[in-house]
Amino acid sequence: MTETMTSPSGTGPAAAAGTRIMVKADSVHKSYGQLDVLKGIDLEIAAGEVVCLIGPSGSGKSTLLRCINHLEGINGGRMWVDGKVVGYDIKGTKLHEQKHNDVCRNRTDIGMVFQHFNLFPHMTVLENLVEAPRLVLRQKKSQVTARALRLLERVGLADKAGSYPRQLSGGQQQRVAIARALCMEPKLMLFDEPTSALDPELVGEVLKVMKDLAQSGMTMVVVTHEMNFARDVADRVVFMADGNIVEQGPAAQLITNPQNERTRSFLASVL
Amino acid sequence: MSATAVKVEPQRTSPDQYTTVKARYPGRWVSAVVILGVGGLALQSVFTNPRFGWETVGKYIRDVSIVNGIGITLMLTAVCMVIGVVLGVVLAVMRLSLNPVVRTAAFGYVNFFRGTPVLVQLLFWYNLAALYPTISFGIPGVNLDANQIITPMFAAILGLGLNQGAYMSEIVRAGILSVDHGQAEAAGALGINRFHTMRRIILPQAMKVIIPPTGNETIGMLKTTALVSVISVPELLYSSQIIYARTFETVPLLIVASLWYIVVTSVLSVGQYYLERRYAKGGQRSLPMTPWQKLALFFNTHAPLNTDRLARKGGTR
Ligand SMILES: Nc1ncnc2c1ncn2[C@@H]1O[C@H](COP(=O)(O)OP(=O)(O)OP(=O)(O)O)[C@@H](O)[C@H]1O
Ligand SMILES: [Mg+2]
Repeated sequence: MTETMTSPSGTGPAAAAGTRIMVKADSVHKSYGQLDVLKGIDLEIAAGEVVCLIGPSGSGKSTLLRCINHLEGINGGRMWVDGKVVGYDIKGTKLHEQKHNDVCRNRTDIGMVFQHFNLFPHMTVLENLVEAPRLVLRQKKSQVTARALRLLERVGLADKAGSYPRQLSGGQQQRVAIARALCMEPKLMLFDEPTSALDPELVGEVLKVMKDLAQSGMTMVVVTHEMNFARDVADRVVFMADGNIVEQGPAAQLITNPQNERTRSFLASVL
Repeated sequence: MSATAVKVEPQRTSPDQYTTVKARYPGRWVSAVVILGVGGLALQSVFTNPRFGWETVGKYIRDVSIVNGIGITLMLTAVCMVIGVVLGVVLAVMRLSLNPVVRTAAFGYVNFFRGTPVLVQLLFWYNLAALYPTISFGIPGVNLDANQIITPMFAAILGLGLNQGAYMSEIVRAGILSVDHGQAEAAGALGINRFHTMRRIILPQAMKVIIPPTGNETIGMLKTTALVSVISVPELLYSSQIIYARTFETVPLLIVASLWYIVVTSVLSVGQYYLERRYAKGGQRSLPMTPWQKLALFFNTHAPLNTDRLARKGGTR
């Protein structure tokens, strides 16, 4: 039992190939009071893999994403990120819940991008990027600033370093949010409907940045309704409904040839 | 009289032949005249009634003890507001704590100090020696005479500061709650801990909501300091009272005090304006213009000869 906790025993396809497992969920349960939101999720994501989570509203996609970086605690099962149990320390045979500050420290490896960007409006774009690496990783200002400017260049916003978030379009804000998460140099990136709050003509520029990121080898978990993005970029698509994983498989296969009846009706409604 | 006379409208062929006539608002003129008239009469009576004693006002307006009184009033205001703000932030954070005991303690504090008149609190602190003749702070060997420590000034600072903390905590709490929850979440996702999230992310944004009522509170505090005259702290009002107790020129000296209160509150209002502007940073796409900038713009755009100045300076609007 302890054995499986310290090192997630690889059973999925990725583990068989001998690759590093970035995320492993083992029968993860989550409930809010009486409401069961996640009803035993088993999932394994290899390093470098891009996984899209799709499913109807309220199926628990955001909740699963938030359990991965412990923004939500789980009520049952176990979650690992890069071989470490999320939210707990193992001492002997006991799992000790981590204190809030330790949880925060462990999150530095995981970047997250929100639907509503959540940029810090009182800071310039550059300050948004530099804040956490300076404060949390205690890195030197010159070093972080140089990295931040490189990242802004990469997302096509080098000229906006001195602007405030309110002065940017939604698409630009979301690209800043991606750069802000990347500035922590994470191993894993989580995206919760990153384009849902954007005007249709701004969606493309954000998806392009995400596609570049995927091609650079970043491990990504993306909750999205953009089926074209899922088909073109994702290695795997996971379909969730009612707190369960109903079906998963290679993107092209699952989207064009779903096996499960629920997947079929969901895809029919969004495509 | 030809009842059948028909007015012949001149033929209009294109719209630019019409001349526009501005709308007229006679009511605005009437109300302006009435207000100016009534105001003028009031001023006339104030300045011609010898019992106002304007000469006496002039004599004492820069009196040494009055000026010293202003100094003490300003010092009391500043010190008590600093105590109030610091205490207010601490209490507000306590009110939002996850620990129910901490939360309840903060609530109890606020309830107690808001629930009793500040005048009563001042008298209470002033008479603390009656309750605790010696103060030891619980440290053995320490035995201080309460009458020596609780000077009128100390009682005033304690009374006004602790009371202000209760009011400020409500203002700060409203400010913290006004910040979108997504901000704390984004900070948490970046690994920023609770303390830094509060100090670097939440509080700076809460300032926009906290500053305006705090400006009001400061102006209110300036006037509330007059209460400490009852425990004979020689601030502005008490200094005036000492003089008129001697000369019986009560009304002129109350006017002296009032004039100074107005001057100082006016200066504070200007400071408040610029402070609010500073903390609006990032809140709007561009900062609103100050009155000076508006004035400069007015003269730039209305001066007939140098209308191109604005364009050269790169100004918009
Ligand atoms: N903090 C909370 N308290 C109580 N219930 C919650 C909370 N957060 C989410 N829920 C509930 O959990 C369920 C799953 O929510 P979740 O946000 O994970 O869905 P989702 O799949 O992301 O949906 P959407 O596509 O609409 O974002 C919903 O029924 C929601 O009402
Ligand atoms: Mg969601």
